[in-house]
Amino acid sequence: MADTVVTDHRGVPDAARKRRVRRVIGLKSAATGWGFVAPATIIILGLSIFPAIWAFILSFQSWDGFSQATWVGGANYAQLITDSDFWTAVWNTFGYTVLFVPASVLLGLFLAVALNRRIRLMGFYRTAIFVPFVASAASTGILSTYLFSPQFGLVNNVLRVLHLPQQGWLDDPHQAMLVIAIMSLWGSAAFTTVIYLAALQDVPSELVEAARIDGANSWQAFWRVIWPQLTPVTVFVTIWQMIEAVQLFDLVYTTTRGGPLDATTTIVYFLYQKAFSALQFGYGSAAAYVLFIVTLAITIGVVIYSRRRGMEAF
Amino acid sequence: MTTILDSAAHAAEEAATPVARARSPRRHRLSAWHFVLMPIALLFLIPFLQMILASFSPAKELVAFPPPFVPSHFTIDGYVRLFQTTPILLWLGNSAIVSITAIVSNIVLCSLAGYGFARLKFAGRNFGFLMIIATIMIPTQLLMIPTYILFSKLGLLNGLGAAIVPWLATAFGIFLMRQFFLSLPVELEEAGMIDGCSKWQVFFRIVLPLARPALATLAIFTLLGAWNDLVWPLIAINNQDAFTVQLGIANFQGGHRTDWSLIMAGNVIATAPLIIFFLFAQRQFIATMTFSGLKG
Repeated sequence: MADTVVTDHRGVPDAARKRRVRRVIGLKSAATGWGFVAPATIIILGLSIFPAIWAFILSFQSWDGFSQATWVGGANYAQLITDSDFWTAVWNTFGYTVLFVPASVLLGLFLAVALNRRIRLMGFYRTAIFVPFVASAASTGILSTYLFSPQFGLVNNVLRVLHLPQQGWLDDPHQAMLVIAIMSLWGSAAFTTVIYLAALQDVPSELVEAARIDGANSWQAFWRVIWPQLTPVTVFVTIWQMIEAVQLFDLVYTTTRGGPLDATTTIVYFLYQKAFSALQFGYGSAAAYVLFIVTLAITIGVVIYSRRRGMEAF
Repeated sequence: MTTILDSAAHAAEEAATPVARARSPRRHRLSAWHFVLMPIALLFLIPFLQMILASFSPAKELVAFPPPFVPSHFTIDGYVRLFQTTPILLWLGNSAIVSITAIVSNIVLCSLAGYGFARLKFAGRNFGFLMIIATIMIPTQLLMIPTYILFSKLGLLNGLGAAIVPWLATAFGIFLMRQFFLSLPVELEEAGMIDGCSKWQVFFRIVLPLARPALATLAIFTLLGAWNDLVWPLIAINNQDAFTVQLGIANFQGGHRTDWSLIMAGNVIATAPLIIFFLFAQRQFIATMTFSGLKG
């Protein structure tokens, strides 16, 4: 009885001291922790979250960067909806996405299957298919302009040798986006291929063997056994390539600069022109926010769709 | 989001494992896949071949009709005109400065932050990391306008600083390093702590030397991004002396429109460093590619 009283009596300051010690330790570990993470965190958040909020405010203003900014409410967004140039850009971006995304996913899958075997020259094949990944947009743009030049480009030259009709390519409003999609594929096939290749090596070989024993040929074994196993990867690369496609700018700038007849003006190219040629910072920011929301909607849409279909992607 | 990146991280590890040497299981039987792969491989290489051949062609052959794929004779006139009429070496130097600064800064800042987020316990850690991951979802186009205004207020526009600052640290870099540190066995660090090392000493003496593979991935990612970046230098740098090499060659289309051997020479010089690097460090490049998927 007496013992418990003593303990109780001494327990109070003990607890208080423990709390203080814990607080000091907490402060010290916070100082160390933030010492490690603060420099990078400040730079990244300072150059993304802060500008993102600023862009949101700008999108409700009219401002040329010099004079006084004026608050215009939703006028920029209202103007976007009625701006036929913007809808042309949306339409062009959509067209490019439809051309590029399925092609890049299927090409990546095909190349991964082709490269996933042990045969001679495999090192050469892989290098050849992967090396365009390091080519910049500026470089790819210059190459596209020359290869697809209607007068002296290699592509038309090959068509002529084969007695096929010459094409206008980048000079033809109906073909310019196709050329850009082809050259994008050239540069980015490596990405989808590498991801599929990694996923293929993850598919348990017992599954395929079991299917073969059950009498499936390799075509059936691929589509019935391997392809379903690749679903999470397919969802991932589809989202990724869609985001990339919706943000197309560099190759347009280095090939057609939006032409001919605005046939390759994408949303980002539109935004670039509005903001940095016409100095409509508010209007440009509104277009940027629309782009952001489209990107988010695509991502969420694909994730929900794959969940509904029972594909456990994420 | 983290799951998406995690699966990419996992894929990266898989893809980085070296290709098993083809030992041709059945002697010299020609696989049918060669008939598929050889044309595709050549198709992928043709643009580069065209670039190199054109850069060594006499200028007037390139606009002849029909133009020869292989020039009648090789000449370095295109390169000579390139060096005489454009500050290509200066641009190349600028790109080198931007890329090297970005790589060093990313290696230091992202590994510090990655370690902090992976191993240290402190108030606000999870929230901070979540914010950084969230920034990956923000398209760069959204940030261009405010960043442009911000840099103009800070007096950073039209100088190399404008190209460098956005590359000092990347969310991807932090994520990559955090994932790597999480995969290290914690016992090594505990042993260091028992021996009386501070958290900083543990990081610099024990952890960082083990992080070389992840740092290589981070360095290549930063190199690809900073070297090839076009849209941001295009907006932020108007002064020819501060052009990066990509910006320089992208502007050729205006001034040197018809001098294709000069343009291709510039293209070779701007692209060759990365291609050579790729050929020597292909494995690390593939790992980086799988991990990031960020291009342009």
